[in-house]
Amino acid sequence: MELVQLLLGGIANGCIYGLIALGFVLIYKASEGVNFAQGDMMMLGAFVTLGFVNADRMDLPFLPGVALACLVMGCVGYGIDRFLVRGVFGQPQFAMVILTIALGFALRFVAGTIWGYSPLVLETPLAGVNLELAAGLAVSAADAATIVTTVVLTVLLWAFFARTRLGLAIQAASQNQLAAYYMGIPVKFVNSLVWALSGIVATVAGVLYAAKGAIDPNIGLLGIKAFAAAVIGGFGSLPGALAGGVIVGLIEATAQRYGPSGISQMAPYALMLLVLVFWPGGLFAQIRAKKV
Amino acid sequence: MALLEVRDLAIAFGGLKAVDGVSFSVEKGEVFAIIGPNGAGKSTIFNLISRFYDPSAGSIRFEGREITGLAAHEIAPLGIARTFQNIELFDHSTVLQNLLMGRHAHRRTSWIEDLLFLPRVRREERLHRRRVEEVIEFLELEAHRNKLIAGLPYGVRKVVEIGRALATGPKLLLLDEPASGLSVEETQDVAFWIEDMQKDMGLTILMVEHDMNLVARVSNRVLAVANGRPLAMGTPAEVQGHPAVIEAYLGTAAVSKVSA
Repeated sequence: MELVQLLLGGIANGCIYGLIALGFVLIYKASEGVNFAQGDMMMLGAFVTLGFVNADRMDLPFLPGVALACLVMGCVGYGIDRFLVRGVFGQPQFAMVILTIALGFALRFVAGTIWGYSPLVLETPLAGVNLELAAGLAVSAADAATIVTTVVLTVLLWAFFARTRLGLAIQAASQNQLAAYYMGIPVKFVNSLVWALSGIVATVAGVLYAAKGAIDPNIGLLGIKAFAAAVIGGFGSLPGALAGGVIVGLIEATAQRYGPSGISQMAPYALMLLVLVFWPGGLFAQIRAKKV
Repeated sequence: MALLEVRDLAIAFGGLKAVDGVSFSVEKGEVFAIIGPNGAGKSTIFNLISRFYDPSAGSIRFEGREITGLAAHEIAPLGIARTFQNIELFDHSTVLQNLLMGRHAHRRTSWIEDLLFLPRVRREERLHRRRVEEVIEFLELEAHRNKLIAGLPYGVRKVVEIGRALATGPKLLLLDEPASGLSVEETQDVAFWIEDMQKDMGLTILMVEHDMNLVARVSNRVLAVANGRPLAMGTPAEVQGHPAVIEAYLGTAAVSKVSA
Protein backbone atom coordinates (compact mmCIF):
# COMPACT_ATOMS: atom_id res chain seq x y z
CA MET A 1 0.00 0.00 0.00
CA GLU A 2 2.87 2.29 0.80
CA LEU A 3 4.37 1.52 -2.60
CA VAL A 4 1.11 2.33 -4.39
CA GLN A 5 0.96 5.60 -2.52
CA LEU A 6 4.53 6.33 -3.54
CA LEU A 7 3.90 5.49 -7.18
CA LEU A 8 0.76 7.66 -7.31
CA GLY A 9 2.79 10.65 -6.13
CA GLY A 10 5.49 9.81 -8.68
CA ILE A 11 2.96 9.59 -11.49
CA ALA A 12 1.43 12.95 -10.51
CA ASN A 13 4.82 14.65 -10.52
CA GLY A 14 5.65 12.85 -13.74
CA CYS A 15 2.51 14.23 -15.38
CA ILE A 16 3.80 17.76 -14.81
CA TYR A 17 7.17 16.85 -16.36
CA GLY A 18 5.19 15.21 -19.14
CA LEU A 19 3.16 18.36 -19.82
CA ILE A 20 6.31 20.48 -20.05
CA ALA A 21 7.90 17.80 -22.24
CA LEU A 22 4.77 17.98 -24.40
CA GLY A 23 5.54 21.68 -24.90
CA PHE A 24 9.11 20.81 -25.92
CA VAL A 25 7.84 18.33 -28.48
CA LEU A 26 5.20 20.70 -29.90
CA ILE A 27 7.81 23.40 -30.52
CA TYR A 28 10.32 20.90 -31.84
CA LYS A 29 7.77 19.74 -34.40
CA ALA A 30 6.96 23.25 -35.53
CA SER A 31 10.27 25.08 -35.40
CA GLU A 32 12.74 22.17 -35.54
CA GLY A 33 14.48 23.52 -32.49
CA VAL A 34 14.36 23.11 -28.74
CA ASN A 35 12.62 25.80 -26.72
CA PHE A 36 14.79 26.04 -23.63
CA ALA A 37 12.37 28.63 -22.24
CA GLN A 38 9.57 26.04 -21.98
CA GLY A 39 10.05 25.71 -18.20
CA ASP A 40 10.02 29.47 -17.85
CA MET A 41 6.82 29.68 -19.85
CA MET A 42 5.34 27.27 -17.31
CA MET A 43 6.59 29.54 -14.51
CA LEU A 44 5.11 32.61 -16.16
CA GLY A 45 1.81 30.79 -16.73
CA ALA A 46 1.65 29.95 -13.03
CA PHE A 47 2.33 33.57 -12.05
CA VAL A 48 -0.18 35.00 -14.52
CA THR A 49 -2.79 32.65 -13.05
CA LEU A 50 -1.78 33.75 -9.57
CA GLY A 51 -2.20 37.36 -10.65
CA PHE A 52 -5.75 36.62 -11.79
CA VAL A 53 -7.09 34.42 -9.00
CA ASN A 54 -5.31 35.25 -5.71
CA ALA A 55 -7.43 37.19 -3.24
CA ASP A 56 -4.88 39.98 -2.83
CA ARG A 57 -4.58 40.31 -6.65
CA MET A 58 -7.55 40.36 -9.03
CA ASP A 59 -9.49 37.75 -7.06
CA LEU A 60 -11.26 36.14 -10.03
CA PRO A 61 -12.95 32.75 -9.60
CA PHE A 62 -10.44 29.91 -10.08
CA LEU A 63 -11.44 28.26 -13.37
CA PRO A 64 -12.23 31.46 -15.32
CA GLY A 65 -8.92 32.82 -13.98
CA VAL A 66 -7.04 29.80 -15.35
CA ALA A 67 -8.85 30.12 -18.69
CA LEU A 68 -7.90 33.77 -18.88
CA ALA A 69 -4.28 32.94 -18.01
CA CYS A 70 -4.27 30.32 -20.78
CA LEU A 71 -5.52 32.96 -23.20
CA VAL A 72 -2.83 35.43 -22.13
CA MET A 73 -0.08 32.83 -22.33
CA GLY A 74 -1.37 31.67 -25.72
CA CYS A 75 -0.90 35.23 -26.95
CA VAL A 76 2.56 35.36 -25.32
CA GLY A 77 3.52 32.13 -27.10
CA TYR A 78 2.17 33.43 -30.41
CA GLY A 79 4.06 36.68 -29.96
CA ILE A 80 7.33 34.93 -29.09
CA ASP A 81 7.20 33.09 -32.39
CA ARG A 82 5.93 36.00 -34.44
CA PHE A 83 8.45 38.56 -33.21
CA LEU A 84 11.47 36.55 -32.01
CA VAL A 85 11.70 33.01 -33.34
CA ARG A 86 10.64 33.89 -36.88
CA GLY A 87 13.66 36.19 -36.99
CA VAL A 88 16.07 33.26 -36.72
CA PHE A 89 14.04 31.10 -39.11
CA GLY A 90 16.38 29.28 -41.49
CA GLN A 91 19.43 30.02 -39.31
CA PRO A 92 21.43 27.14 -37.80
CA GLN A 93 19.67 25.43 -34.86
CA PHE A 94 22.20 27.00 -32.54
CA ALA A 95 20.56 30.40 -33.05
CA MET A 96 17.29 29.15 -31.63
CA VAL A 97 19.04 27.49 -28.68
CA ILE A 98 20.70 30.77 -27.69
CA LEU A 99 17.54 32.75 -28.38
CA THR A 100 15.36 30.60 -26.16
CA ILE A 101 17.93 30.41 -23.34
CA ALA A 102 18.08 34.22 -23.37
CA LEU A 103 14.30 34.33 -23.49
CA GLY A 104 14.18 32.14 -20.40
CA PHE A 105 16.37 34.63 -18.51
CA ALA A 106 14.18 37.48 -19.70
CA LEU A 107 10.96 35.76 -18.58
CA ARG A 108 12.47 35.02 -15.15
CA PHE A 109 13.44 38.68 -14.85
CA VAL A 110 9.99 39.86 -15.93
CA ALA A 111 8.28 37.58 -13.39
CA GLY A 112 10.71 38.63 -10.66
CA THR A 113 10.07 42.29 -11.34
CA ILE A 114 6.30 41.94 -11.28
CA TRP A 115 5.79 39.33 -8.54
CA GLY A 116 9.06 39.46 -6.59
CA TYR A 117 11.53 36.68 -5.81
CA SER A 118 10.05 35.41 -2.55
CA PRO A 119 7.91 32.26 -2.86
CA LEU A 120 4.17 32.84 -3.36
CA VAL A 121 1.30 30.42 -3.05
CA LEU A 122 -1.38 30.11 -5.72
CA GLU A 123 -4.78 29.86 -4.06
CA THR A 124 -6.58 26.85 -5.49
CA PRO A 125 -9.76 25.08 -4.42
CA LEU A 126 -7.57 21.93 -4.30
CA ALA A 127 -5.39 23.01 -1.40
CA GLY A 128 -5.42 20.69 1.61
CA VAL A 129 -8.09 18.34 0.22
CA ASN A 130 -7.35 14.61 0.31
CA LEU A 131 -9.30 11.88 -1.39
CA GLU A 132 -9.44 8.48 0.34
CA LEU A 133 -9.20 5.83 -2.37
CA ALA A 134 -9.03 2.81 -0.06
CA ALA A 135 -8.14 2.11 3.52
CA GLY A 136 -4.70 3.61 4.05
CA LEU A 137 -4.48 4.89 0.48
CA ALA A 138 -5.11 8.59 0.05
CA VAL A 139 -4.33 10.89 -2.79
CA SER A 140 -4.22 14.67 -2.56
CA ALA A 141 -6.77 16.51 -4.66
CA ALA A 142 -3.89 18.32 -6.37
CA ASP A 143 -2.31 15.01 -7.45
CA ALA A 144 -5.64 13.61 -8.62
CA ALA A 145 -6.39 16.78 -10.58
CA THR A 146 -2.92 16.65 -12.12
CA ILE A 147 -3.33 13.10 -13.36
CA VAL A 148 -6.87 13.60 -14.67
CA THR A 149 -6.07 16.93 -16.36
CA THR A 150 -2.97 15.52 -18.00
CA VAL A 151 -4.80 12.52 -19.39
CA VAL A 152 -7.68 14.67 -20.69
CA LEU A 153 -5.33 17.23 -22.22
CA THR A 154 -3.25 14.55 -23.91
CA VAL A 155 -6.33 12.89 -25.39
CA LEU A 156 -7.60 16.28 -26.60
CA LEU A 157 -4.24 17.10 -28.18
CA TRP A 158 -4.08 13.68 -29.78
CA ALA A 159 -7.58 14.12 -31.26
CA PHE A 160 -6.68 17.63 -32.39
CA PHE A 161 -3.60 16.42 -34.27
CA ALA A 162 -5.16 13.27 -35.66
CA ARG A 163 -8.56 14.63 -36.69
CA THR A 164 -8.75 18.34 -37.29
CA ARG A 165 -7.77 20.18 -40.44
CA LEU A 166 -5.50 22.50 -38.48
CA GLY A 167 -3.90 19.65 -36.54
CA LEU A 168 -3.10 17.78 -39.73
CA ALA A 169 -1.76 20.98 -41.27
CA ILE A 170 0.60 21.36 -38.30
CA GLN A 171 1.81 17.79 -38.74
CA ALA A 172 2.32 18.30 -42.47
CA ALA A 173 4.22 21.55 -41.93
CA SER A 174 6.45 19.85 -39.38
CA GLN A 175 7.36 17.13 -41.87
CA ASN A 176 7.98 19.33 -44.90
CA GLN A 177 7.43 23.08 -44.83
CA LEU A 178 8.02 23.60 -48.54
CA ALA A 179 5.49 20.98 -49.57
CA ALA A 180 3.03 22.23 -46.95
CA TYR A 181 2.86 25.64 -48.63
CA TYR A 182 1.63 24.03 -51.84
CA MET A 183 -1.08 22.13 -50.01
CA GLY A 184 -2.43 25.58 -49.10
CA ILE A 185 -1.04 25.67 -45.54
CA PRO A 186 0.11 29.07 -44.22
CA VAL A 187 3.22 27.58 -42.62
CA LYS A 188 4.41 30.61 -40.64
CA PHE A 189 0.98 31.28 -39.14
CA VAL A 190 0.62 27.60 -38.28
CA ASN A 191 4.01 27.65 -36.52
CA SER A 192 2.94 30.63 -34.43
CA LEU A 193 -0.25 28.77 -33.48
CA VAL A 194 1.84 25.87 -32.22
CA TRP A 195 3.76 28.30 -30.01
CA ALA A 196 0.43 29.60 -28.73
CA LEU A 197 -0.66 26.03 -28.02
CA SER A 198 2.55 25.32 -26.17
CA GLY A 199 2.03 28.49 -24.09
CA ILE A 200 -1.37 27.13 -23.09
CA VAL A 201 -0.03 23.68 -22.22
CA ALA A 202 2.76 25.35 -20.21
CA THR A 203 0.16 27.33 -18.26
CA VAL A 204 -1.82 24.21 -17.39
CA ALA A 205 1.42 22.57 -16.23
CA GLY A 206 2.25 25.69 -14.19
CA VAL A 207 -1.12 25.75 -12.45
CA LEU A 208 -0.88 22.05 -11.57
CA TYR A 209 2.66 22.56 -10.29
CA ALA A 210 1.60 25.58 -8.22
CA ALA A 211 -1.29 23.60 -6.73
CA LYS A 212 1.29 21.49 -4.89
CA GLY A 213 3.49 24.18 -3.37
CA ALA A 214 4.89 27.68 -3.49
CA ILE A 215 6.23 29.18 -6.71
CA ASP A 216 9.07 31.60 -7.39
CA PRO A 217 10.60 32.86 -10.65
CA ASN A 218 13.19 30.07 -10.67
CA ILE A 219 10.81 27.10 -10.82
CA GLY A 220 11.26 27.14 -14.58
CA LEU A 221 14.51 25.22 -14.07
CA LEU A 222 12.21 22.23 -13.69
CA GLY A 223 12.19 22.42 -17.48
CA ILE A 224 15.58 20.71 -17.54
CA LYS A 225 14.11 17.63 -15.92
CA ALA A 226 11.25 17.78 -18.40
CA PHE A 227 13.84 18.03 -21.17
CA ALA A 228 15.27 14.74 -19.94
CA ALA A 229 11.73 13.34 -20.05
CA ALA A 230 11.28 14.48 -23.63
CA VAL A 231 14.59 12.88 -24.65
CA ILE A 232 13.69 9.63 -22.89
CA GLY A 233 10.33 9.60 -24.65
CA GLY A 234 11.92 10.29 -28.02
CA PHE A 235 11.78 13.91 -29.04
CA GLY A 236 9.01 14.32 -31.54
CA SER A 237 6.37 12.00 -30.12
CA LEU A 238 3.51 13.41 -28.03
CA PRO A 239 2.59 10.19 -26.19
CA GLY A 240 6.33 9.57 -25.82
CA ALA A 241 6.76 12.90 -24.05
CA LEU A 242 4.02 12.07 -21.56
CA ALA A 243 5.38 8.55 -21.00
CA GLY A 244 8.89 9.97 -20.56
CA GLY A 245 7.55 12.37 -17.94
CA VAL A 246 5.79 9.62 -16.02
CA ILE A 247 8.91 7.42 -16.16
CA VAL A 248 11.01 10.27 -14.75
CA GLY A 249 8.43 10.91 -12.02
CA LEU A 250 8.33 7.24 -11.02
CA ILE A 251 12.09 6.83 -10.98
CA GLU A 252 12.50 9.96 -8.93
CA ALA A 253 9.94 8.85 -6.37
CA THR A 254 11.32 5.33 -5.97
CA ALA A 255 14.93 6.51 -5.90
CA GLN A 256 14.08 8.98 -3.19
CA ARG A 257 12.43 6.30 -1.05
CA TYR A 258 14.75 3.36 -1.57
CA GLY A 259 18.03 4.83 -2.85
CA PRO A 260 20.81 6.62 -1.02
CA SER A 261 20.31 10.34 -0.49
CA GLY A 262 20.94 12.51 -3.53
CA ILE A 263 20.30 9.72 -6.01
CA SER A 264 16.80 10.94 -6.82
CA GLN A 265 18.14 14.23 -8.21
CA MET A 266 20.56 12.31 -10.39
CA ALA A 267 18.37 9.42 -11.53
CA PRO A 268 16.43 11.17 -14.34
CA TYR A 269 19.63 12.34 -16.02
CA ALA A 270 21.35 9.00 -15.56
CA LEU A 271 18.37 7.39 -17.26
CA MET A 272 18.54 9.97 -20.05
CA LEU A 273 22.19 9.08 -20.66
CA LEU A 274 21.39 5.36 -20.71
CA VAL A 275 18.56 5.92 -23.16
CA LEU A 276 20.77 8.05 -25.39
CA VAL A 277 23.43 5.34 -25.43
CA PHE A 278 21.18 2.34 -26.03
CA TRP A 279 18.13 3.82 -27.81
CA PRO A 280 19.41 7.05 -29.39
CA GLY A 281 15.98 7.78 -30.85
CA GLY A 282 14.29 7.57 -27.44
CA LEU A 283 12.01 4.84 -26.13
CA PHE A 284 9.12 5.88 -28.37
CA ALA A 285 11.14 6.90 -31.41
CA GLN A 286 9.18 7.95 -34.45
CA ILE A 287 12.27 8.60 -36.49
CA ARG A 288 13.77 5.30 -37.49
CA ALA A 289 17.27 4.87 -38.86
CA LYS A 290 17.39 5.47 -42.59
CA LYS A 291 17.59 2.37 -44.73
CA VAL A 292 20.38 2.53 -47.27
CA MET B 1 -7.77 34.39 -72.60
CA ALA B 2 -4.72 32.31 -71.74
CA LEU B 3 -4.87 30.29 -68.50
CA LEU B 4 -1.48 31.55 -67.42
CA GLU B 5 0.07 34.73 -68.71
CA VAL B 6 3.62 35.67 -67.76
CA ARG B 7 4.87 39.06 -68.88
CA ASP B 8 8.35 40.61 -68.63
CA LEU B 9 9.17 38.52 -65.60
CA ALA B 10 12.47 39.35 -63.87
CA ILE B 11 14.29 38.57 -60.66
CA ALA B 12 17.87 39.18 -59.56
CA PHE B 13 19.81 37.49 -56.75
CA GLY B 14 22.41 40.06 -55.80
CA GLY B 15 24.01 40.97 -59.13
CA LEU B 16 22.86 37.81 -60.92
CA LYS B 17 19.86 38.29 -63.17
CA ALA B 18 18.43 34.79 -62.82
CA VAL B 19 15.35 35.64 -64.89
CA ASP B 20 15.42 38.67 -67.14
CA GLY B 21 12.43 39.65 -69.22
CA VAL B 22 10.68 36.35 -69.82
CA SER B 23 7.18 36.41 -71.35
CA PHE B 24 4.95 33.54 -72.38
CA SER B 25 1.40 32.39 -72.05
CA VAL B 26 0.02 28.93 -71.49
CA GLU B 27 -3.32 28.18 -73.16
CA LYS B 28 -5.95 26.11 -71.42
CA GLY B 29 -5.47 22.41 -72.14
CA GLU B 30 -1.97 22.55 -73.55
CA VAL B 31 1.29 21.02 -72.40
CA PHE B 32 3.93 23.71 -72.31
CA ALA B 33 7.58 22.90 -71.64
CA ILE B 34 10.44 25.13 -70.60
CA ILE B 35 13.88 23.87 -71.59
CA GLY B 36 17.38 25.26 -71.24
CA PRO B 37 20.87 24.45 -70.01
CA ASN B 38 21.62 24.13 -66.30
CA GLY B 39 21.34 27.46 -64.52
CA ALA B 40 19.23 28.95 -67.30
CA GLY B 41 16.58 30.07 -64.81
CA LYS B 42 13.93 27.42 -65.51
CA SER B 43 13.36 26.43 -61.92
CA THR B 44 13.46 30.08 -60.89
CA ILE B 45 10.58 30.79 -63.29
CA PHE B 46 8.72 27.94 -61.60
CA ASN B 47 9.46 29.30 -58.17
CA LEU B 48 8.23 32.72 -59.25
CA ILE B 49 4.95 31.35 -60.59
CA SER B 50 4.41 29.22 -57.49
CA ARG B 51 5.08 32.34 -55.37
CA PHE B 52 8.18 31.00 -53.62
CA TYR B 53 10.10 34.06 -54.85
CA ASP B 54 8.87 37.60 -55.40
CA PRO B 55 9.67 38.93 -58.88
CA SER B 56 11.51 42.25 -59.11
CA ALA B 57 9.50 43.12 -62.22
CA GLY B 58 6.79 41.73 -64.45
CA SER B 59 3.39 40.20 -63.98
CA ILE B 60 1.94 36.72 -63.65
CA ARG B 61 -1.76 36.31 -64.39
CA PHE B 62 -3.73 33.15 -63.72
CA GLU B 63 -7.22 33.12 -65.26
CA GLY B 64 -6.78 36.85 -65.78
CA ARG B 65 -6.02 37.48 -62.12
CA GLU B 66 -2.70 38.97 -61.02
CA ILE B 67 -1.06 36.51 -58.59
CA THR B 68 2.29 38.17 -57.89
CA GLY B 69 0.83 39.64 -54.69
CA LEU B 70 -0.29 36.28 -53.29
CA ALA B 71 1.53 34.16 -50.72
CA ALA B 72 2.77 30.66 -51.55
CA HIS B 73 -0.06 28.99 -49.62
CA GLU B 74 -2.72 30.94 -51.50
CA ILE B 75 -2.15 29.41 -54.93
CA ALA B 76 -3.32 25.87 -54.18
CA PRO B 77 -6.94 27.02 -53.63
CA LEU B 78 -6.78 28.83 -57.00
CA GLY B 79 -6.06 25.53 -58.73
CA ILE B 80 -2.29 25.57 -59.18
CA ALA B 81 -0.29 22.56 -57.99
CA ARG B 82 3.41 21.82 -58.32
CA THR B 83 6.01 19.11 -57.92
CA PHE B 84 9.65 19.60 -57.02
CA GLN B 85 12.88 18.72 -58.73
CA ASN B 86 14.20 17.28 -55.46
CA ILE B 87 11.18 15.40 -54.17
CA GLU B 88 9.43 17.15 -51.28
CA LEU B 89 7.08 14.69 -49.60
CA PHE B 90 5.86 14.18 -46.04
CA ASP B 91 8.47 11.52 -45.33
CA HIS B 92 7.12 10.11 -42.08
CA SER B 93 3.67 9.54 -43.53
CA THR B 94 2.21 6.93 -45.83
CA VAL B 95 1.47 7.37 -49.53
CA LEU B 96 -2.24 7.59 -48.71
CA GLN B 97 -1.67 10.26 -46.05
CA ASN B 98 0.44 12.28 -48.47
CA LEU B 99 -2.28 12.18 -51.11
CA LEU B 100 -4.99 13.02 -48.57
CA MET B 101 -2.94 16.05 -47.57
CA GLY B 102 -3.44 17.18 -51.15
CA ARG B 103 -7.13 17.56 -50.30
CA HIS B 104 -6.34 20.02 -47.49
CA ALA B 105 -7.41 23.12 -49.40
CA HIS B 106 -10.80 21.48 -50.07
CA ARG B 107 -11.71 20.67 -46.48
CA ARG B 108 -14.63 22.73 -45.32
CA THR B 109 -15.48 21.41 -41.85
CA SER B 110 -14.58 23.32 -38.70
CA TRP B 111 -12.30 21.95 -35.99
CA ILE B 112 -15.20 21.44 -33.61
CA GLU B 113 -17.02 19.34 -36.19
CA ASP B 114 -13.75 17.49 -36.84
CA LEU B 115 -13.22 16.74 -33.14
CA LEU B 116 -16.79 15.45 -32.75
CA PHE B 117 -16.47 13.51 -36.01
CA LEU B 118 -19.99 14.53 -37.09
CA PRO B 119 -21.76 12.90 -40.06
CA ARG B 120 -20.85 15.91 -42.22
CA VAL B 121 -17.18 15.29 -41.49
CA ARG B 122 -17.49 11.59 -42.32
CA ARG B 123 -19.32 12.41 -45.56
CA GLU B 124 -16.61 14.85 -46.56
CA GLU B 125 -13.84 12.41 -45.65
CA ARG B 126 -15.41 9.71 -47.82
CA LEU B 127 -15.53 12.16 -50.71
CA HIS B 128 -11.85 13.08 -50.32
CA ARG B 129 -10.91 9.44 -49.99
CA ARG B 130 -12.73 8.66 -53.24
CA ARG B 131 -10.88 11.41 -55.08
CA VAL B 132 -7.58 10.12 -53.71
CA GLU B 133 -8.43 6.55 -54.73
CA GLU B 134 -9.03 7.76 -58.27
CA VAL B 135 -5.52 9.23 -58.29
CA ILE B 136 -4.06 6.02 -56.82
CA GLU B 137 -5.75 3.99 -59.53
CA PHE B 138 -4.64 6.36 -62.29
CA LEU B 139 -0.98 6.29 -61.21
CA GLU B 140 -1.08 2.58 -60.27
CA LEU B 141 0.03 3.22 -56.69
CA GLU B 142 -2.27 0.55 -55.17
CA ALA B 143 0.60 -1.63 -53.97
CA HIS B 144 2.22 1.27 -52.11
CA ARG B 145 -0.92 2.79 -50.59
CA ASN B 146 -0.04 2.18 -46.95
CA LYS B 147 3.75 2.29 -47.14
CA LEU B 148 5.83 5.03 -45.53
CA ILE B 149 7.47 7.43 -47.97
CA ALA B 150 10.88 7.08 -46.30
CA GLY B 151 11.16 3.45 -47.42
CA LEU B 152 10.02 3.86 -51.03
CA PRO B 153 12.32 3.78 -54.08
CA TYR B 154 13.09 7.08 -55.82
CA GLY B 155 10.92 6.40 -58.86
CA VAL B 156 7.84 5.67 -56.77
CA ARG B 157 8.33 8.78 -54.63
CA LYS B 158 8.49 10.84 -57.80
CA VAL B 159 5.11 9.42 -58.84
CA VAL B 160 3.62 10.00 -55.38
CA GLU B 161 4.53 13.66 -55.74
CA ILE B 162 2.65 13.87 -59.03
CA GLY B 163 -0.23 12.09 -57.30
CA ARG B 164 -0.31 14.54 -54.41
CA ALA B 165 -0.37 17.45 -56.86
CA LEU B 166 -3.23 15.77 -58.77
CA ALA B 167 -5.15 15.20 -55.54
CA THR B 168 -5.36 18.96 -55.02
CA GLY B 169 -7.64 19.02 -58.06
CA PRO B 170 -5.59 21.56 -60.03
CA LYS B 171 -6.38 23.39 -63.25
CA LEU B 172 -2.69 24.07 -63.86
CA LEU B 173 -0.04 21.51 -62.96
CA LEU B 174 3.58 22.62 -62.67
CA LEU B 175 5.98 19.69 -63.09
CA ASP B 176 9.60 20.45 -62.18
CA GLU B 177 11.74 17.88 -64.05
CA PRO B 178 9.25 15.01 -63.76
CA ALA B 179 11.63 12.56 -65.47
CA SER B 180 14.93 13.43 -63.80
CA GLY B 181 16.53 10.39 -62.22
CA LEU B 182 13.96 8.01 -63.73
CA SER B 183 14.72 4.91 -65.79
CA VAL B 184 13.66 4.69 -69.44
CA GLU B 185 10.55 2.64 -68.51
CA GLU B 186 9.59 5.01 -65.73
CA THR B 187 9.98 7.98 -68.10
CA GLN B 188 7.68 6.17 -70.54
CA ASP B 189 5.06 5.92 -67.79
CA VAL B 190 5.40 9.63 -67.04
CA ALA B 191 4.87 10.40 -70.72
CA PHE B 192 1.68 8.30 -70.77
CA TRP B 193 0.39 9.98 -67.64
CA ILE B 194 1.07 13.46 -68.96
CA GLU B 195 -0.82 12.59 -72.15
CA ASP B 196 -3.73 11.18 -70.15
CA MET B 197 -3.82 14.14 -67.78
CA GLN B 198 -4.05 16.44 -70.77
CA LYS B 199 -6.57 14.46 -72.80
CA ASP B 200 -8.73 12.69 -70.23
CA MET B 201 -8.56 15.09 -67.31
CA GLY B 202 -8.35 18.27 -69.34
CA LEU B 203 -5.41 19.54 -67.32
CA THR B 204 -3.05 22.26 -68.40
CA ILE B 205 0.56 21.36 -67.74
CA LEU B 206 3.62 23.54 -67.52
CA MET B 207 6.83 21.60 -67.11
CA VAL B 208 10.55 22.08 -66.88
CA GLU B 209 12.39 19.11 -68.32
CA HIS B 210 15.82 18.11 -69.61
CA ASP B 211 14.81 14.90 -71.38
CA MET B 212 14.23 16.15 -74.93
CA ASN B 213 12.56 12.90 -75.99
CA LEU B 214 9.91 13.38 -73.34
CA VAL B 215 9.52 17.07 -74.19
CA ALA B 216 9.19 16.36 -77.92
CA ARG B 217 6.69 13.60 -77.28
CA VAL B 218 4.24 15.32 -74.96
CA SER B 219 4.50 19.09 -75.37
CA ASN B 220 2.45 21.28 -77.67
CA ARG B 221 4.79 24.23 -77.31
CA VAL B 222 8.28 24.74 -75.95
CA LEU B 223 10.08 27.79 -74.59
CA ALA B 224 13.88 27.68 -74.54
CA VAL B 225 15.70 29.92 -72.07
CA ALA B 226 19.38 30.57 -71.37
CA ASN B 227 20.98 32.92 -68.87
CA GLY B 228 17.55 33.97 -67.71
CA ARG B 229 16.51 35.24 -71.15
CA PRO B 230 14.11 33.67 -73.67
CA LEU B 231 15.79 32.17 -76.75
CA ALA B 232 13.02 30.68 -78.82
CA MET B 233 9.42 29.56 -78.59
CA GLY B 234 7.40 27.23 -80.82
CA THR B 235 6.70 23.56 -81.46
CA PRO B 236 9.28 21.13 -80.09
CA ALA B 237 10.77 20.62 -83.57
CA GLU B 238 11.02 24.34 -84.25
CA VAL B 239 12.74 25.05 -80.97
CA GLN B 240 15.11 22.10 -81.22
CA GLY B 241 16.25 23.26 -84.64
CA HIS B 242 16.56 26.93 -83.72
CA PRO B 243 20.18 28.16 -84.13
CA ALA B 244 20.15 30.11 -80.84
CA VAL B 245 19.05 27.00 -78.97
CA ILE B 246 21.72 24.81 -80.54
CA GLU B 247 24.29 27.47 -79.74
CA ALA B 248 23.22 27.69 -76.12
CA TYR B 249 23.48 23.94 -75.68
CA LEU B 250 26.49 23.10 -77.84
CA GLY B 251 28.39 26.35 -78.55
CA THR B 252 28.74 28.42 -81.74
CA ALA B 253 30.85 25.89 -83.64
CA ALA B 254 27.93 23.49 -83.58
CA VAL B 255 25.63 25.98 -85.31
CA SER B 256 27.84 26.20 -88.41
CA LYS B 257 28.16 22.43 -88.45
CA VAL B 258 24.40 21.93 -88.26
CA SER B 259 23.64 24.54 -90.90
CA ALA B 260 26.44 23.33 -93.16
